[in-house]
Amino acid sequence: MSPTILNLSKIRYGYPGGPLVLNDLDFNLHAGDCIGLVAPNGSGKTTLFHIIMGLLKPLSGTVEAFGEARKAEADFIEVRRRIGLLFQDADDQLFSPTVLEDVAFGPLNLGKSRDEAVAVASKTLDFLGLSGFENRVTYKLSGGEKRLVSLATVLAMEPEVLLLDEPSTGLDSSTKDKLIDILNGLDLSFVLISHEFDFLSKTARHIYTMDGGRIRFDEEPHIHTHQHAHLIGKQPHRHV
Amino acid sequence: MIRESFAEGKSWMHGIDPRLLFMAFAARLDFREVMHRLLAPVIFLLLLWAVLPWSYEGDALTVLGPVVITRPGVTLCAQISLKTVSLTVAFIALVATMTVDTLGHSLNRLQLPDKMVHMILITYRYLFVLEQEYQRLVRAMKIRNFHPKTNLHSYRTYAYLVGMLFVRASERARRVHSAMICRGFNGRFVSLREFPPNPRNHVFSLCTTLSLVLLVTLEWVKGANP
Repeated sequence: MSPTILNLSKIRYGYPGGPLVLNDLDFNLHAGDCIGLVAPNGSGKTTLFHIIMGLLKPLSGTVEAFGEARKAEADFIEVRRRIGLLFQDADDQLFSPTVLEDVAFGPLNLGKSRDEAVAVASKTLDFLGLSGFENRVTYKLSGGEKRLVSLATVLAMEPEVLLLDEPSTGLDSSTKDKLIDILNGLDLSFVLISHEFDFLSKTARHIYTMDGGRIRFDEEPHIHTHQHAHLIGKQPHRHV
Repeated sequence: MIRESFAEGKSWMHGIDPRLLFMAFAARLDFREVMHRLLAPVIFLLLLWAVLPWSYEGDALTVLGPVVITRPGVTLCAQISLKTVSLTVAFIALVATMTVDTLGHSLNRLQLPDKMVHMILITYRYLFVLEQEYQRLVRAMKIRNFHPKTNLHSYRTYAYLVGMLFVRASERARRVHSAMICRGFNGRFVSLREFPPNPRNHVFSLCTTLSLVLLVTLEWVKGANP
């Protein structure tokens, strides 16, 4: 079996004054996993990502990443270097005036020299088909461009795992196809949140759902027949 | 809301290294646009011209019916006007010919504290996002037929609007900070920008230094022989 990257057990989390969002949640991620997470709004998907990155501290339970327990802020510095999180809103991720500066921000923080950071940033932009975007102003990009540049900022850190929070939302079909190609071309493990089965079926290998603050793993599929029409209906897919 | 209409010119002034924040005029800016920008200070100056000449005490310059126009009053007005206009024009020529990120990085090179530079850059970056959120809220109000009137309902609505904007801004700030932490941010910004050396920079700084020295000397000479 591939090595375990993430091992979360008995995680509980609730926002102040609210009910528990995550309730005794268990989650494992192995190297090479490509997991899709589908669940209603407010079921705690984003919260789960933020707990993995150490942005939120669970009320109880343990987070283990790359074979070590992660508790204090300092423990998560390594986690953040090796796991990349793509935020739901690209405007949260892009804060530098120009694209090149934003993409080079992560590598610079990792202690790379200016030249190395620029080299990594340009390479990442090339890989995503964004060469020529270096001096574009981040707030003047279109929605799709912003999403791809955000992905570039995460990939420039050369992570081993990607957490993608609704990466396909608000993208047109050509940008979405581009994103699917990119994700399939990456040799990374990833977890992605999405509400679009079309998108999930082309990227994820396993699809999990969340319910009652827990992740439901591969349940026995209920066999039934129905007829309906939608794009790529011929591909095997599941309805949850 | 914010336009950088002067930042995209191609005159020699734009080519000058922006670290040289001194005085100058010629930047080949659109004359009408400059006049437009000068309108606000000029209106303020007109107000001064309307009040100061007759209310300031001193020798009479002319007498217009019951009103005495005094010489020191007119001199003072002229001085204020000259200073205001020249400062504004100098500011437009020097500061408005660069984009805000260039300004931020230049200030960084001038040893301004990191925190202040970050605040300038991030404020500038998110001003646009906040303006969009403001427009979104205003649209939401408009499509439900909100017309501002002088009543409690309007005041309350505006208070909600401002409050909502604050809440959204602080939420946004929190998320941006999280995103920065995820990319290994530890409180220090490293700037990528470098300003290539250019002989024109030296010529420009020499000229401005000389003119500054001249101005200071004139001031000193004038102070010595009043």
